[in-house]
Amino acid sequence: MIEVLTNLFWILIFPGFVFTLAVGLVASWLVRKVSALVQYRVGPPVYQPAVDVMKLMGKEILIPQDAHRAVFVAAPLVGLSGVLLLAVMLWLAGAGVAFVGDGIVAIYLMVLPSLALILGSSSSGSPHASIGAAREMKLVMGYELPLILAFIVAVVKTAGVLAPAEQLSLVAISQHAPVLSVSGALAFIVALLCVQAKLGFVPFDMAESETEVAGGIMIEYSGALLAVWKLMQALMLVALPLFLVVVFLGGVGTSGWALLGGIGKYVIVLVLVILIRNTNPRVRIDQAMRFFWCYCGTALVAAVVLAMLGNYYGLTWL
Amino acid sequence: MNWKMWSLKKSVWVFHVNTGACNNCDIEIVNLLTPKFDVERFGIKLVGSPRHADALLVTGAGTRQAAVRLQEVYRQTSKPCVVFCMGACACGMGIFEGAYHIAGPVDKIVKEVDPNAIIAYVPGCPPKPEAMISGVVKALAAI
Repeated sequence: MIEVLTNLFWILIFPGFVFTLAVGLVASWLVRKVSALVQYRVGPPVYQPAVDVMKLMGKEILIPQDAHRAVFVAAPLVGLSGVLLLAVMLWLAGAGVAFVGDGIVAIYLMVLPSLALILGSSSSGSPHASIGAAREMKLVMGYELPLILAFIVAVVKTAGVLAPAEQLSLVAISQHAPVLSVSGALAFIVALLCVQAKLGFVPFDMAESETEVAGGIMIEYSGALLAVWKLMQALMLVALPLFLVVVFLGGVGTSGWALLGGIGKYVIVLVLVILIRNTNPRVRIDQAMRFFWCYCGTALVAAVVLAMLGNYYGLTWL
Repeated sequence: MNWKMWSLKKSVWVFHVNTGACNNCDIEIVNLLTPKFDVERFGIKLVGSPRHADALLVTGAGTRQAAVRLQEVYRQTSKPCVVFCMGACACGMGIFEGAYHIAGPVDKIVKEVDPNAIIAYVPGCPPKPEAMISGVVKALAAI
């Protein structure tokens, strides 16, 4: 009984849903604050994202006449639950609780928010939203290939040290830091850019671009449903950098210096993402796809080959 | 004060509607977001869609073409929301009063849709950014 309660506490409160939500809100404040500092502004106070969500919860929900109501309402919830699951899985992987093959499940769960965004926006019946949905769809097709190749590099790097069945487990992968090798560093850089696209940040925010398609995928959402989207984006700010930390940077420990180091790695990845966001212009969707397929894809095929050569000749730095 | 109103005052997302302005007030509104004034300090943010907005910043005298669009945008905004008439034209048609292409001041156009709309006025040609901030603060204190 006590064990069940402890597990429930782990999943629901710490480090599960509630804790992830809190970290996500702080992370989205960090995004706005660091952006403000880059632009020599003061930026919003630390409680701003929480107040935004609170305000949206209290507002009227408008559902367009042409919308498919059920899908329109369900899509944000699907996206939110997908990211929550992903975040909990990553925390548990950090704590050493996991199952074989959870790396693959994590990659599937990471597609869920984008899928929910596409579903929600295309069910809203707005032409702007459908442009946004089309762009998001192309973007997903663009970055999935490099992201999976990057994950394969991390798996290949652990080949010599782990039993074949354990190679797909995030716990096993998080014991190593592939970023310390040439192929791993290459894979990490590309995966960072894929995470940038998954988060919908500049330079890959063409699906949501406020200045040309007026909010794109989220244009028709208001009130509590928009709040759920905002929460989902806040949670993605936790889950996706954490995924990078677990797969490439040696994971988050559970106690003492390892835990502090893990938090440090997470913050470094987050700030890197924010700085890329603030120093780049938005690219067109065709430029983004060419970038991900031609440049990132090629770089990662080279990285996979390098990693395999490294394994074959026993050169760990390759 | 209940939590809805409190959080609304702490995070006002604004949508900018031009109903035939000369672009002077619009420049001053964009000026609010620059490092010098930085209204994001108070949680004020410019959004791209009226569905996300809590306040409509209306500039311009309200031409006949734009009046219908303004009413539609007001209907699309999720309530509660505040309408800010920015500049002399939006407050009372300015030098365009009586002109053939004007459908009336902005507040009249909005009140045709919703007689109980919350409307605040910031006069000036164009109002200074400081005046706009002061107007927003006073309006938020009043509701």
